[in-house]
Amino acid sequence: MSAAQRTAVVAPVRRRSVTLGLSATGCVAALVVIALLVLAVIGPMLAPYPPGAIVTDDLFGPMSRAHLFGTDYLGRDMLSRILESARYTLGIALPAAALASLTGTSLGMLAASAGGLTDAALSRAMDTLICFPSIIFSLVVVAACGSSVTVLILTAGVIYTPGCFRIVRSIATDISAKDFVHAARARGERSPAIVLEEILPNMVAPILTDFGLRFVFIVLLLSSLSFLGLGIQPPYSDWGGLVRENLDGLSSGAPAVLIPAICIAVLTVSINLLIDSLPSRKGARRG
Amino acid sequence: MDDAAAPYVEVSGLCVVGREDGAAPVPIIIDLNFAIARGEVLALIGESGSGKTTAALALMGYARRGCSITAGHVRVGITDVLALPPHGLTAYRGRNVTYVAQSAAASFNPSQRIMSQVIEPALVHGLMSRGEAEDKARMLFRALALPDPEGVGSRYPHQVSGGQLQRLMAAMALITGPDLVILDEPTTALDVTTQIEVLWAFRNVVRQLHTTAVYVSHDLPVVAQLADRVVVLHGGKEQETAPIATILHEAEHPYTRSLLAAAKPSSKVASTPVAADAKRDVLAISGLVAGYGGLDAQGMPRFPVLHDIGFGIGPGSVLGVIGESGCGKSTLAQVIAGLLPAAHGTMLLDGRELPRRVAERTPEQLQAVQIVFQMADVALNPARTVAGILARPLKFYHGMRGAAARRRVAELLDMVHLSLQLAERYPDELSGGQKQRVNLARALAAEPKLILCDEVTSALDTIVAAAVLELLAELRRELGVALMFISHDLSTIRAICDQVMVLYAGRAVEAGPRATLESKPMHPYTELLLASVPELRTDWLDGIERAALEEASAGLTMEDLHRPCPFFRRCPVHLPGLCDVQPPPVQRLSKGAAIACHRTEDELRQAQ
Repeated sequence: MSAAQRTAVVAPVRRRSVTLGLSATGCVAALVVIALLVLAVIGPMLAPYPPGAIVTDDLFGPMSRAHLFGTDYLGRDMLSRILESARYTLGIALPAAALASLTGTSLGMLAASAGGLTDAALSRAMDTLICFPSIIFSLVVVAACGSSVTVLILTAGVIYTPGCFRIVRSIATDISAKDFVHAARARGERSPAIVLEEILPNMVAPILTDFGLRFVFIVLLLSSLSFLGLGIQPPYSDWGGLVRENLDGLSSGAPAVLIPAICIAVLTVSINLLIDSLPSRKGARRG
Repeated sequence: MDDAAAPYVEVSGLCVVGREDGAAPVPIIIDLNFAIARGEVLALIGESGSGKTTAALALMGYARRGCSITAGHVRVGITDVLALPPHGLTAYRGRNVTYVAQSAAASFNPSQRIMSQVIEPALVHGLMSRGEAEDKARMLFRALALPDPEGVGSRYPHQVSGGQLQRLMAAMALITGPDLVILDEPTTALDVTTQIEVLWAFRNVVRQLHTTAVYVSHDLPVVAQLADRVVVLHGGKEQETAPIATILHEAEHPYTRSLLAAAKPSSKVASTPVAADAKRDVLAISGLVAGYGGLDAQGMPRFPVLHDIGFGIGPGSVLGVIGESGCGKSTLAQVIAGLLPAAHGTMLLDGRELPRRVAERTPEQLQAVQIVFQMADVALNPARTVAGILARPLKFYHGMRGAAARRRVAELLDMVHLSLQLAERYPDELSGGQKQRVNLARALAAEPKLILCDEVTSALDTIVAAAVLELLAELRRELGVALMFISHDLSTIRAICDQVMVLYAGRAVEAGPRATLESKPMHPYTELLLASVPELRTDWLDGIERAALEEASAGLTMEDLHRPCPFFRRCPVHLPGLCDVQPPPVQRLSKGAAIACHRTEDELRQAQ
């Protein structure tokens, strides 16, 4: 076999189908997440009524032709409220979860690869941070800095960094003890290259799973803050806030409280299903 | 209870298949038949993946996760095992059939005393009272020649040695007086000098109690000591069933013959070294001291592992480093690779000083010394393809990328006799032998002068290991690369090395040309090591003297490490008042080897 032929045999890249290797569930979940993201961007343009406007006297109205998702405790159109709030829920929870994952992963990797004093200092700092109940911490920050989208993203991101840090640090420490990392070290590779080339590729699955969990926690934190009046300020709201403000309608089974709750459930479940079904190498096959 | 006419244990038409999600079922055992008479020991022998453990587990009516027994009958005594309902199986397992696993250390609960674990099966099945069970356990401890049979039960598993733990597990398996005992590679994880004591104890207890047993192993010499008959398995199919003597002397099946050939010591792959005077050594080491923990005032590590090690490796030659687990041989490889900086000593690479830390070495020095690890599967990054793994050192050392790197990857795969189609596979899609070849290819990618091979064949099957050894010999011949070959296995060392160094407790006790392992006199430890390797004949274990056995099983204690000669306590020719006071001098023997011993050559010759 000539060298040219050999290259030709090596060259083909692994074929990827349109489903990116996702399972059927994963495809559905991906479509739902994409749809929700699109709605968050263009939703307000589709809203049949202005989201803050009181359009009927019928409080906690049922689903009808005029109000597909019923009306809320002030007689506002729920469909318009949901579409408006989507951008707050997604727009805060996604960046906050991403922030938490990013800082947690970077610091966790740093602690695991540097070891010694760096590791001890970072770990104790994270332990300190995790001691504050998340609500109290947010209360203090929001009371001091005022409530804005940026403040909420940063607060939620910081609160959930230690969780990610701990997971990443422990898995990275575990992987660092493996022989392929020793082999890289013996080859003379520097720490950044070892982290990026050898360790990180083996941690994508747990980091993503953790991201899905953090995301759910942040959505819940946001709704708690809204309930206390420290989250998104009225007349705007996020989905959690919509549940809280329409809680009185629960006894009568009003769609105003059920629909946003269902929206939260659909979003969080879809994100987690999507992450779970991402094709992972590790443990995919055992000989 | 048993029917004298029919065999005691009978397996007929057994089929086991494995299923992966969405994949077609894969047959693991295909139409297996065998029978065992009462008091007989039957060996199931084959390589990994041959289905020997699966077959043994089927005797317990058990199939591992993802596997299912699809056809056949298994009868033990009067029990039709596969027809038992779930609660019947629970009552049957651990009482009628018991199991001794490969790793006793992993099978004992570290937080419970040994006695309560050994008698647990008897209590769970309500066979006897706690007092009776403890009496029976102590009787078994004595039968298994465990030291301190009265007191050993009150210890915790970490307080006894690995060989003792393996025997304690056998006691656990025998406490219920089972119809059948399954021994699944019970000595594979042990050192040779520990294995001998465990084998000896197993054989005695099996004879004494007339135990019916199935012995699962890949190791023919070990099986030869215990088994009455052998079933040779390959690819889930029975290849040959015969009494052990027939297998050893008149094996018919070609597969059995290849197993025998792989088990026989051979040095055919070793070639003569490049002329010794050719050039200066690739690597020369002297006065090397290394260990773990911080350094004390004298610059000694808190837990020293290696003491005053010195040797040289010529270009293209092979140095074998042999010793038991814990002797420091892997530490030696790590010290040379710079992963564990030495505390003292000099290392010269091509006559130029080699810094102790990997971070202080020049790219040329890094490239010249490569290391290959024992566990092929954890030494490869599971998230990268074979091509990606090999491309990394090419880019790192030679700045090679793109088409040039791809071409080189193809050449490297060709060099280690792997098909090019494997390039895009991930490590978990390769077999153990293939993984170790990829590890070798990764070391070769650097174009090194010296490869440190740390037990590279220990985790492989005999036949696969023999092929990897042949590959190493070929690489050394064609590329002129020198090897430091670390192993606990004498036959492996004999097969490939020009020079050997025997390590005991971090000290070199004997060093010389390969022939040093064949000719006496030798260092008393070398002699013990050689005598402990099972030979391919059935009467080998009977020929071992009781005294020699005790010497072998004595093991190494913490206080031995602080003696001038750590082998003092186990040594049959030690001189009290001299050996435990003064460190042994290094002396040259007429066969060309150097040993560290107070005894003269003549004295050793007489003793051996």
